[in-house]
Amino acid sequence: MYKIIEKTFFSENVVKFEIEAPRIAKARRAGHFVIVKIGKKGERFPLTIAGADRVKGTITLVVQKVGVSSRKLTALNVGDHITDLVGPLGQATHIDNKGTVLACGGGVGVAPLLPIVEAYKKAGNRVVTVIAARNKDLIILEDQIREYSDKLVIMTDDGSYGQKGLITDGMEQIIKDEDIAEAMIIGPAVMMKFASLTTKKHNIPTLASLNTIMVDGTGMCGACRITVAGKTKFVCVDGPEFNAHDVDFDEMLLRLGGYKEIEKEAETDYLKQCE
Amino acid sequence: MENRSESLKTERNEAWRSDLRKNIKAKDRTSLIRAKMNEVDANVRIKSYVEVNSGLTVEQAQQEAARCIDCANPTCINGCPVEINIPKFVKRIEQGEFLEAARVLKETSTLPAVCGRVCPQEKQCEANCFYTQKLKKEPVAIGYLERFAADYERESGQMSVPETATSNNIKIGVIGSGPAGLTFAGEMAKKGYSITVFEALHEIGGVLKYGIPEFRLPNDIVDVEIDNLRKMGVQFETNFVVGKTVSFDDLKEEGYKAFFAGSGAGLPRFMGIPGENYIGIQSSNEYLTRINLMHAAEQDTDTPVVSGKNVMVIGGGNTAMDSVRTAKRLGADRAMIVYRRGMDEMPARKEEIHHAIEEGVEFITLANPIEYFADEKGRVNKVKIQKMELGEPDASGRRRPVAIEGSEYLIEVSTVVVSVGVSPNPLIPDSLPELTTTKWGTIEVNEDTLQSSINTVFAGGDIVRGGATVILAMGDGRRAAQSMDNFLKKNEQ
Repeated sequence: MYKIIEKTFFSENVVKFEIEAPRIAKARRAGHFVIVKIGKKGERFPLTIAGADRVKGTITLVVQKVGVSSRKLTALNVGDHITDLVGPLGQATHIDNKGTVLACGGGVGVAPLLPIVEAYKKAGNRVVTVIAARNKDLIILEDQIREYSDKLVIMTDDGSYGQKGLITDGMEQIIKDEDIAEAMIIGPAVMMKFASLTTKKHNIPTLASLNTIMVDGTGMCGACRITVAGKTKFVCVDGPEFNAHDVDFDEMLLRLGGYKEIEKEAETDYLKQCE
Repeated sequence: MENRSESLKTERNEAWRSDLRKNIKAKDRTSLIRAKMNEVDANVRIKSYVEVNSGLTVEQAQQEAARCIDCANPTCINGCPVEINIPKFVKRIEQGEFLEAARVLKETSTLPAVCGRVCPQEKQCEANCFYTQKLKKEPVAIGYLERFAADYERESGQMSVPETATSNNIKIGVIGSGPAGLTFAGEMAKKGYSITVFEALHEIGGVLKYGIPEFRLPNDIVDVEIDNLRKMGVQFETNFVVGKTVSFDDLKEEGYKAFFAGSGAGLPRFMGIPGENYIGIQSSNEYLTRINLMHAAEQDTDTPVVSGKNVMVIGGGNTAMDSVRTAKRLGADRAMIVYRRGMDEMPARKEEIHHAIEEGVEFITLANPIEYFADEKGRVNKVKIQKMELGEPDASGRRRPVAIEGSEYLIEVSTVVVSVGVSPNPLIPDSLPELTTTKWGTIEVNEDTLQSSINTVFAGGDIVRGGATVILAMGDGRRAAQSMDNFLKKNEQ
């Protein structure tokens, strides 16, 4: 069992947890993810690790309420236990000194972006970052990201904070002024699709960290499969990071919607129960 | 070997055995008819996950045991990967000493109730039975009897725990809690080692839990066997991926002297045909894991499963049969097997095929999918099938299926389960770069000792074989335990 040590609300729907998991805290590197399961009858779902404290033996997870399982997780409080937590899984981000790197995070994707931004900075890169969300309330971890970024651009869809516009608008601004050697994008699949198209236009090598449906997370089931450069790849063992320009985002978007109707129904039932 | 045949002879000459042999004339024994397994009716069983086979009654079991003529040279044992003393346990059943029979099983088999259900006995012990070999009659139903003895013991509430030697405090790590790992753990515990089994999933049992469905192997039965290992002192750690959660080096620092890798053949294979990633197309691993491990079909669980009215399963192995029969139970009107060779070439056990037919599964043989089509939401709705014919035998000795050009036609589907085999999971080789693997990605081991290129790492089951059976994995676990014990003792000197 994995005890919750700290719980912070970034907004009504976005929660940060510090969870006791000393082995994972020690073994994890930027880019790794864990599989979480809440309760005996819960489902297994992946979350990218947003940070760790080796001394305290904790890992950080940031969760957005989007369905039954994330709601069950965010309903837990300090002192509660997560039933099952396994990791760190996937391939760690390959970090070296490239020169100037562009880091792009959309929505809760900013959480897994943070350890990567930190690692890029520590490897000696000039780091320019764009974070984006629908509105001011959904902008998270701004101060922490700023700490490791040489430049930070914030975009909101409604202009309630930073500049008004999409993440791609912020990216274009930076690309105009900077000589970018590599880009990293993490966020909702639609955002990654368009962010990837933007860097492709400018011939910037780009990695995307993908979050797909998974069951075991260790290569056994193939639920997470996507097409990369015409070949089927498993996000859990081959990824989660891939060359963004080779990823078939349209197929990935379709596959992410595979359980949408069942999930919606389950969420409605769950919310009714909670009332 | 010499020792074994000597001790078999001595045991055969014990008074109770000779007396039993004299009770009934061999001729009368061989004229008895083989017992029929009791089954739940097909129309009833497809409405639930009830176990299909319900076992033999006491009378059936004793009569079946009486068919065994207690050969002087029991060739059946040679067919058993874990070398169960078959005549001895069968004769204990004839005698009515059922708990003794179970004890005999457990001398060499860690999971008798499992083996009695899922072993392909018709290709192993029963294929080597005197009846099959010499009399050309149906063999003694060794598998049914094994199951009978194991079930009798479990239901009696008087389960014996195999004796363990005094602890030698040598820590051994086992990677994976499937049949290979569990057997290895049991054998090593008997020898006095301190065993910890590391499992990546949240439940112990590996393929016995996530793969084989409840109607063929109830989870409760697996749990009882695991409890027995706990009683022998075996420790289990779930949610633990060796090489990821903790590195091999750190485990060595924690005092682990050697490892047994029984991590299985993880990665499901796909065919690489157009449209294979449409929604509703899944591997048999995913489909079965959702149902068996995550209990997706139960109302109160959170894991969803997609299983429609027209379910097509691609493949002809046991996993394909498990998948298609599961689809039937989930309410499919049409549950189809599509297999590129003919009925006779199908690798699944005859019993499974027979049960599938009884349950209304459709078999489309000499057929191969070549393309999938989907609706506007990306959900699979049609499969293009190409007819095949059998050509010359290939490397496996089976006749190679050859496509018939121009024979393509469409079948409507709502769900497709791809069950065309698995590739080895790369997790262990990835975390041990100095470990030698084959070109297929399996761990290379010495065939006799199952020792890998790293002398403290032994391996067995599907991570070595690529894709085999529960009992072969168990045989490996048993053999690896013996050779690791020899190796560690030699090193100590």
